[in-house]
Amino acid sequence: MILTERKPADEIIAGVGDKVFIVGCCGCPIGADTGGPERLKELKAELESAGKTCLGSCEIDFLCNKALVGIRLARQADKLAAADTLLVVSCGIGVQAVGNMTDGFVFPALNTISVGGYQGLFPSNERCQECGDCMLGATGGLCPIVLCAKSLVNGICGGEKDGKCEVGDGRPCGWKMIYDRCKELGTLDRLKEFMAPLDHSKQDIPKELRTTIRWALECEAAADVQEEKE
Amino acid sequence: MTLREALETQDIVFTGEIGPPKGIDCHELWEEAEDFRGRVTAVNVTDIQSSVMRVCSLAVCIKLKEMGIEPVIQMVCRDRNRLALQADLLGSSIWGIENVLALTGDHIRLGDHPAGKPVGDLDSVSLLHVIRTLMGGKDQAGNRLDGAWKKIKLPPPEDGSKPKKKFKYEGPILEKCPKFFPGAVVTPCADPLEPQIIKLEKKVEAGARFIQTQAVYDAKQLEKFMSAVSHIDVPILAGLVMLKNVGMAKFMNANVAGVFVPDDVMKEMADAPKGDEKKVSADIAARLMREMKGMCKGFHLMPLGWSKPAVRAIEAAGLS
Repeated sequence: MILTERKPADEIIAGVGDKVFIVGCCGCPIGADTGGPERLKELKAELESAGKTCLGSCEIDFLCNKALVGIRLARQADKLAAADTLLVVSCGIGVQAVGNMTDGFVFPALNTISVGGYQGLFPSNERCQECGDCMLGATGGLCPIVLCAKSLVNGICGGEKDGKCEVGDGRPCGWKMIYDRCKELGTLDRLKEFMAPLDHSKQDIPKELRTTIRWALECEAAADVQEEKE
Repeated sequence: MTLREALETQDIVFTGEIGPPKGIDCHELWEEAEDFRGRVTAVNVTDIQSSVMRVCSLAVCIKLKEMGIEPVIQMVCRDRNRLALQADLLGSSIWGIENVLALTGDHIRLGDHPAGKPVGDLDSVSLLHVIRTLMGGKDQAGNRLDGAWKKIKLPPPEDGSKPKKKFKYEGPILEKCPKFFPGAVVTPCADPLEPQIIKLEKKVEAGARFIQTQAVYDAKQLEKFMSAVSHIDVPILAGLVMLKNVGMAKFMNANVAGVFVPDDVMKEMADAPKGDEKKVSADIAARLMREMKGMCKGFHLMPLGWSKPAVRAIEAAGLS
């Protein structure tokens, strides 16, 4: 699940135009309690008390499902054409998806909280930065890139105190955790190997993943929206 | 005398440290550097110390070079990626700055620009690797440094076929390669110590030729550390941060990782008559150096602006 929080009302009021159409996501924002009928009703009331006109709203599960976004918004084409702002209650993906499918002016109602990339369907403490060159075998199954505040790959720095990181906030020292685990496992020798600097080009999204099968469907749906608008 | 020569020929070696200011008024900085002239072999110049934005280390090191004072350029991995670090290493080399202290650097969130983006493209160990690679005439990506290799034209194949390679490179020509004397740091009073030692071994393996430590205020702790690293054959200079008052000592104990000021030193500082703090601080540093003499190759004094008491401590210790 992607985590989100509501933007302050002031920021939304200042950022949207006078005629607003609200698009809500019924996926992750429901779980995060930042979306759903109640939250949308509140948002609408806040807009209206600030003198904005709310032309309507539409809830879609999920906004990351762009083909569905296209189909559902095509039915509201007249309202979309009259609106100067599409206020999107979702993570950044949903905001971008609505913008992409409608070519309209979108404004986010939520801030997306970093969970370090999409972290599985049932995310817990484990994080993966998708570095493209997994070193977990050397580090006792604990990732230094996400656990160490400095993402050091060659071992502990001088900032560990009582198992905590110098950055504070109660954050544990990732390399102390790795050291403890490797000591327990009897694999400290593996920590002695030199780790070359990461190849950051491996974190570029490959072209084939940027144009998927869904992409064709989405192009078609976007064309439908345009057609209805005209 | 260079730091390399001093470490090879002298029984005991002292290094000092200066921290550039935020702003361009450097008169105190140059005074501190002058205080160290002739009293220490080399003077470290910190690199955006404590993640607080200030004058860059390289510019100050160039000035020290011009003043005839041997600089140690500190390089942290927090603010520059692999291109910028290598560019600054080459820049240091053209000014004859050889001593480079490779560090990770404090986290950016601890400084005065906490909203900044931390870089950390390299770490202290990989920076040492890069220094060695540059000394061998190539950059981190494996490209040859200009002028460091002799380009030789190959004769065409005898059978008249299209040549696969027209040139070959011979070298590196060492006098055309940058020369560095790389160093590294360690926290001798860290708990646990073992992961520090593992990293120190990696730093030495990666080419560190001298070590300057985080502050140590207890000879017994240093002794314990030195026996744990007796297998490491690289000169170690024990670090001493000049204590300014008892509040600073308490603060370090509570907040600075791997620094422990023992109770007796704390008491000495607390009992210092008003106005006598500098003298007491120098006496403490001198006594610590006498106690630690013979355990390590020498001492790295971090005065935090108190260069005069630091120099007084070196003289009072009577070791050199």
